[in-house]
Amino acid sequence: MSPGAFRALSRAMLKGLLRDRTAVFFTILFPIMFLALFGLLFQDTAGARVTVVEVGDVAVLDDMPQEQLAALSDALTIERSADRAQALEDVRNGDVDAVVWEDDGRVELRISMADAARAGTAQGLMQSIVQTANVAATGQDPAHTLVTDRVEDESVKPIQFLTPGLLGYAVATGAAYSSAFTLVTWRKKRILRRLWLAPVSPGAVVGARVGVSLAVAFVQVAIFIGVAALPVYGLQLSGNWWLTLPLVACGTLAFMSIGLLIGALVGSEEAANGALQSVVLPMAFLAGSFFPTEMMPGWLRAVSNILPLKHLNEAVMDVLTRDGGWGDALPVMGGLLLFTAVLTAIAARFFRWDNA
Amino acid sequence: MTHDDIPAIAVRGLRKRYGDVQAVDGVTFEVGRGEFFGILGPNGAGKTTTLEIVEGLREPDEGGVTLLGEPSWPRKPELLRRIGVQLQASAFFDKLTAREQIHTFAALYGVPPERADAMLEVVGLTEKRDVRDDKLSGGQAQRLSIACALVHDPELVFLDEPTTGLDPQARRNLWDLLREINSSGRTVVLTTHYLDEAEVLCDRVAIMDKGSILKEGAPADLVAEAGVRTLEDVFLQLTGREYRG
Repeated sequence: MSPGAFRALSRAMLKGLLRDRTAVFFTILFPIMFLALFGLLFQDTAGARVTVVEVGDVAVLDDMPQEQLAALSDALTIERSADRAQALEDVRNGDVDAVVWEDDGRVELRISMADAARAGTAQGLMQSIVQTANVAATGQDPAHTLVTDRVEDESVKPIQFLTPGLLGYAVATGAAYSSAFTLVTWRKKRILRRLWLAPVSPGAVVGARVGVSLAVAFVQVAIFIGVAALPVYGLQLSGNWWLTLPLVACGTLAFMSIGLLIGALVGSEEAANGALQSVVLPMAFLAGSFFPTEMMPGWLRAVSNILPLKHLNEAVMDVLTRDGGWGDALPVMGGLLLFTAVLTAIAARFFRWDNA
Repeated sequence: MTHDDIPAIAVRGLRKRYGDVQAVDGVTFEVGRGEFFGILGPNGAGKTTTLEIVEGLREPDEGGVTLLGEPSWPRKPELLRRIGVQLQASAFFDKLTAREQIHTFAALYGVPPERADAMLEVVGLTEKRDVRDDKLSGGQAQRLSIACALVHDPELVFLDEPTTGLDPQARRNLWDLLREINSSGRTVVLTTHYLDEAEVLCDRVAIMDKGSILKEGAPADLVAEAGVRTLEDVFLQLTGREYRG
C-alpha cells in the first residue's frame, strides 16, 4: 500500500466531507443539539418539589430552626401571602400545591387532589413539621429518631446515559452514511473503476475511507465529552474513560459495514438515504440512545440484543461513567469486529462496479 | 523483438456471456503503436463490455488481451502505470476543485504536483484551477478528465465518448487536443457515437454490433469499399436503421 495514494485519498475525502455542510450538520451538530437539549430537559426530573403558600403567620413554619428549613428546601418552597381566598384559588388552579394558615393553634392545610403525589408530599411534609414542633413543645427528647443520609447514585443522572447513547447514535450515523454514500456515489460517478484502473491497492482506498471515518468518530467523542462535561450538564468521567476510544473505533467499523451492505444493495443516493434512515434511527431507539431500554417489553429487548449500537452504548456507559474496565470493553469490541466481518462478507457478495 | 514490434493492443477470440446474453461474441483486433483507433457501434453492440475486458476491468470467458505486451487480466499495477483511462467527465471526487482533482490523481500515480499543474496548462484550465468540478462547463469537465487520464504520461490512452454533450466549438477544440495527444506518440483508443469525429480523428476504426466486429479498417477505405459518401453511411448500411435501446 503506497503512502502517497493513501494520503491523497484521505485528503480528498476529508476535504469533500468538510465542504459538505449537510454531512457536517448531521454527523456533528445534529447529535450535539440533541445532547444539549435532552441534557437540559431531563435535568429537572427530580420533580416532586412542592410549593406551599403560607397565609398570615404560621408558628410551626416561622419558628422552624434554620437547619431544618435548609434540609427541607430541596422538597419544599414556602411562599407568603395575605390573601387566603386568592391562595385557595391558586391551589384550585394548580398554580401552587397547598395553602396553610393557623387558627387558634390549629394548623389548617388545604390541598388539591388533582395531583395525588404532590398533595401527598405536601401533606406528609406539613405533618412532619407539626409533629416535630409538638415533640419540641413537650421539652423532651423524642423517643424515636430517624437518621437520613444520601447515597451517591450518579448512574441515574440523565447526562450519564445520554452522553454514551447520543454519542453512539452520532457515531453510527456518521460511519454508516460515510461508507454507504462513498460506495454509491463512487460507483455512480465511476470513480471506483477509475481507481481500479490506477496503480492503487484496494488497501489504500479502504484504508483512507476507514481512516477518515475513524478521525470523524474521534472528533465526535471529543466534542460530546467536552459538551457533557460543561458545568451545566456535569458529566463525571470515571478512570478508564479513554477505553471509549477503542470501543468507538470498533463501533465505527461495525456501522461502516452496515453502510457498506446498504451501499452495495441500493442504486442511488436517495435510496441509500432512505435505507440508512430506516436502519439507523430504529436501531438508535431500540439501543437506548435516546432513553433507557428498561421500559421496553422483554421481547423487544431481546430483539435489541442483536444490534451493535446497543452493546456499544452499554460498554461506553460502563467505561465512561461507571468505573468499567477492559473486562467490559473487550468482549464488546470482539463482538463488534465479528459483526463487521460478517456484514462485510455479505456486502462483498453484492458488490457491483456500476449501476447497470 | 524490439519495443515497437509489440502491438499496443492485441485482442484475440474474446467472448463474454451474461446469463442469456452473449455480450461479446468472438472479438479479435490489434492496435499498433502510435495508432488512433476508434471502436464504433450502436447502443448494446458490446462496445462497453469489450472495452472493459481490454482495460482489465473484467475477465473474459474466452480469449485474452495483451496491452503493451502484458496480459491485462489479472490487474497489474506496473501495467496500469503505462495506461491512461478517461471514463466519463463525471468521474471526479466530490467537492474538489480542478486543481485538487488532478493533484489527487497525480498522487495515485506517484507524479509530482508540478507535473499536474503543467497538465492543467496543456488542457487550458489553469484559469479554472480553483473551480469545483460541478461548476465547470461540459467542455471544461471533459478536458479536466482527459488531463487526469494523461497526468502520468501514459503510452496508451482509452477515451470513452469524450465529446458527448459538447457544443460544436468545444468539440472542435477537443479534437485538436486529441490530435496533439496522438501526435506525441501515444496510442489512443476512442469510443464515440459521432461518426464524423471518428472519420476525422481515427487512423482505423472497428464497427461492432451484436457482440462482434462487422468491419475494420481506415475510414476512407471503408467509405470507398461501400461506395458511399461518409462513414456514417457505412455504419448505417452495416447496422441498420432500427432504434437501439
